[in-house]
Amino acid sequence: MDIFAIIIAALFANNFVLSQFLGICPFLGVSKKVNSALGMGLAVTAVMVITCVVTYPIYVYLLLPFGLEYLEILVFILVIASLVQILEMVLKKFSPGLYSAMGIYLPLVTTNCAILGVAELVIGTASSAADAHYTYQSVMGGVLQNFHMAMSYGEAVVSGLFYGLGFTIAIVLLAGLRNKVDKLNVAKSLRGFPMTMLAACFMAMAFFVFTLI
Amino acid sequence: MKFKRFKEIALDGTVRQNPTLRLVLGTCPTLALTKLAMNCLGMGAAVIVVLVCSNVIISLLRNVIPDKVRIPCFIVIIATFVTLVRMLMEAFLPDLYDGLGLFLPLIVVNCIILGRAESFASHNPVGESALDGLFMGIGFTVSITLMGIVREVLGSGSIFGVQLLDFKIGFFTNAAGAFLTYGLFIAIFNVCYNAVERKLKRNAARQATTVADEVAEDASALDTAKDAKEAQ
Repeated sequence: MDIFAIIIAALFANNFVLSQFLGICPFLGVSKKVNSALGMGLAVTAVMVITCVVTYPIYVYLLLPFGLEYLEILVFILVIASLVQILEMVLKKFSPGLYSAMGIYLPLVTTNCAILGVAELVIGTASSAADAHYTYQSVMGGVLQNFHMAMSYGEAVVSGLFYGLGFTIAIVLLAGLRNKVDKLNVAKSLRGFPMTMLAACFMAMAFFVFTLI
Repeated sequence: MKFKRFKEIALDGTVRQNPTLRLVLGTCPTLALTKLAMNCLGMGAAVIVVLVCSNVIISLLRNVIPDKVRIPCFIVIIATFVTLVRMLMEAFLPDLYDGLGLFLPLIVVNCIILGRAESFASHNPVGESALDGLFMGIGFTVSITLMGIVREVLGSGSIFGVQLLDFKIGFFTNAAGAFLTYGLFIAIFNVCYNAVERKLKRNAARQATTVADEVAEDASALDTAKDAKEAQ
């Protein structure tokens, strides 16, 4: 897979929020102000990259050789939860400025489906040998086994980074839109979530154009 | 359990705290799966199973789980049930499994389930927690299935996979259509909810005034009786 194609797809055409519907809760919940939207976006990006970096080797070298793929949900969510906890502690200790900027959003990131979604998306094994772009070999019980993955390690990490940046773009743009939309004088029942959804609807239309290219 | 409590839990789950339309939780599967009504029913069933099972287990363990590590404990319990549901669905309902795709494992991070674990099951008895899970799940299923029917009819001209009409509006199968449908559903639900609430409040007020009138009548009757006594 071409790395440029991965980047454009992750940022726009397959944008996590506006075309894959992942991470909608923070997208709607933390988009009242541009600053907090940016903090949330960066926290999500950081956790996404680290998640890809850590879970890929765990999946390939621990779960696959022992035939434990069915544990992937449990393992991924535990790894993500502990990573977020560790990241929070490290930031608090070494970078209080950054911690105060995005630390409060970190606990929310654990239950953000975009993170588990990225782990499931980029690490999934290829269903057929034709889809497989990369093959990992490992010896179990004296038998050499081949595992076909849809993405290489590098590609997985790069997609994690750009899916995160795509999320950041979407949430910051929505926060900018909401600054205007929330001030509009609309019917009472349309205020709040419905108007935000309508704003997101127009953004999704704009991002849809990228899939036509 | 008293009937009043049962009614309260049922009304909370399906209407007053409807997870999809009032609390706006679990939005990702709602937006992604409402393209086809059948997927919504499957997703709803999976969520009901996971929600009821995890609520029961969390409620049973509510006095054992230490407060500080409760969230990881809840997540592990939920993830276990999601894994079970996923394996069962892969074995027995492979079509539905393909239709739900990524959103089946993502039930783990569905805010409805963790939210109910945190706000209800962790400090309520087992029976009530199971009921709460059931009715929250039903509220979720009914809302997304209705949304799914609307989007499927408009977007693909079919309903539950049966072709009805020839005309299609491709917009409704896209992401933009999903946001629009969801937004309008919340708005319509708000209108209905507020109207019903206003009516209930008016009824309550009317009842209160009739009671007040009766009290006043009683009081005036007492007064007349007193007057009569004094006159005597």
